[in-house]
Amino acid sequence: MSRKPYIREMSKTNWFFSQPRYMRYMAREVTCIFILAYTILLIFALKNLADGPEAYAGFLQALNSPLGILFNLAALVGAVYHSTSWFNVTPQAMPIQRGEEFLPGNVIVGAHYGGWALISLIVLFLGV
Amino acid sequence: MSERQIQLEVLRYNPETDSAPRFQTYEVPCLNEWVVLDALNYVKDHLDPTVSYRWSCHMAVCGSCGMMVNGEPKLACKAFIHEYGDQIRVEPLANFPIERDLVTVVDDFIGKLASVKPYLIPKEDKPVSAGEYKQSPAELKTFKQYTLCINCMLCYAACPQYGLVPDFIGPAAISLAHRYNQDSRDGGREQRQEVIASHDGVWECSFVGACSEVCPKHVDPASALQQVKVASTIDWYKEHLMPWMKK
Repeated sequence: MSRKPYIREMSKTNWFFSQPRYMRYMAREVTCIFILAYTILLIFALKNLADGPEAYAGFLQALNSPLGILFNLAALVGAVYHSTSWFNVTPQAMPIQRGEEFLPGNVIVGAHYGGWALISLIVLFLGV
Repeated sequence: MSERQIQLEVLRYNPETDSAPRFQTYEVPCLNEWVVLDALNYVKDHLDPTVSYRWSCHMAVCGSCGMMVNGEPKLACKAFIHEYGDQIRVEPLANFPIERDLVTVVDDFIGKLASVKPYLIPKEDKPVSAGEYKQSPAELKTFKQYTLCINCMLCYAACPQYGLVPDFIGPAAISLAHRYNQDSRDGGREQRQEVIASHDGVWECSFVGACSEVCPKHVDPASALQQVKVASTIDWYKEHLMPWMKK
């Protein structure tokens, strides 16, 4: 008897459409683009700030345009999805053992949300 | 006990006569309490003795009957008929070559499993007269969940990284390496790191997390792999930023 194993080829380009869990994974990965885009925007803001008050005022005005607001909203949604999806898996990467028990996962996730809220508040007060 | 008629679609492949697999449908009178494995056994016993598949314990312990049930990696002995509609499609585990019908070629996994040395390598050999290697309940708890792996390979079938990069050592093997690395009696971590912290090791994992979602024993391989990444990263920093710490 001869062996002739059959190999099922996996699509290199659209495999993630085959399962909802792969789609969720890709959503988590792809939303990092918004973080990158917003980082570039912040660097651009710094450049305009360095160029003087007029350049910075022009930059702020550009942000107030419908396109600027739309980009900010999209970046916010993307960044929130990206961050929360990572927060939610932190107990797997960083389990904390106390004696014979592990700290419940929701405590670790909750600490991340708490840290997020705290930093957001600090930024908010710095801006006022 | 209620009876139900289901259509069981089985992917068939005979290496001696077929050039590609094809589906064959069987009408199976099932009891609602049955699992998919019972339906397959009915086909084998009453309808078509040529259907090939692996199974042994029928109680989610041996890890032999892993297969795709409606596209999802499952143990056929743990996939209850009442959780499915009247049509159930079974295929061999994804990401593995098909040997025949639902039987896959698993040599790749077996080789990778052996390569991570999934056994205790004591820190120092003691004579029997020196007594046991003692371990506290807390030390056991650190790795216990990873001992529950039954090598069923559902995690490999769920892992798109393994499908895309077949050289990836993969979830179960790295989880078992982690199990022994975490064992207070073990001293073999450096030997295992050569394999699991290599390019084809844990760094091929992009934390899709599918392995943990399909694991029938709640081993959570994804957690083991992320912990191996953290530990390997710390190793790297120690080696490059604090070379004087090196032994």
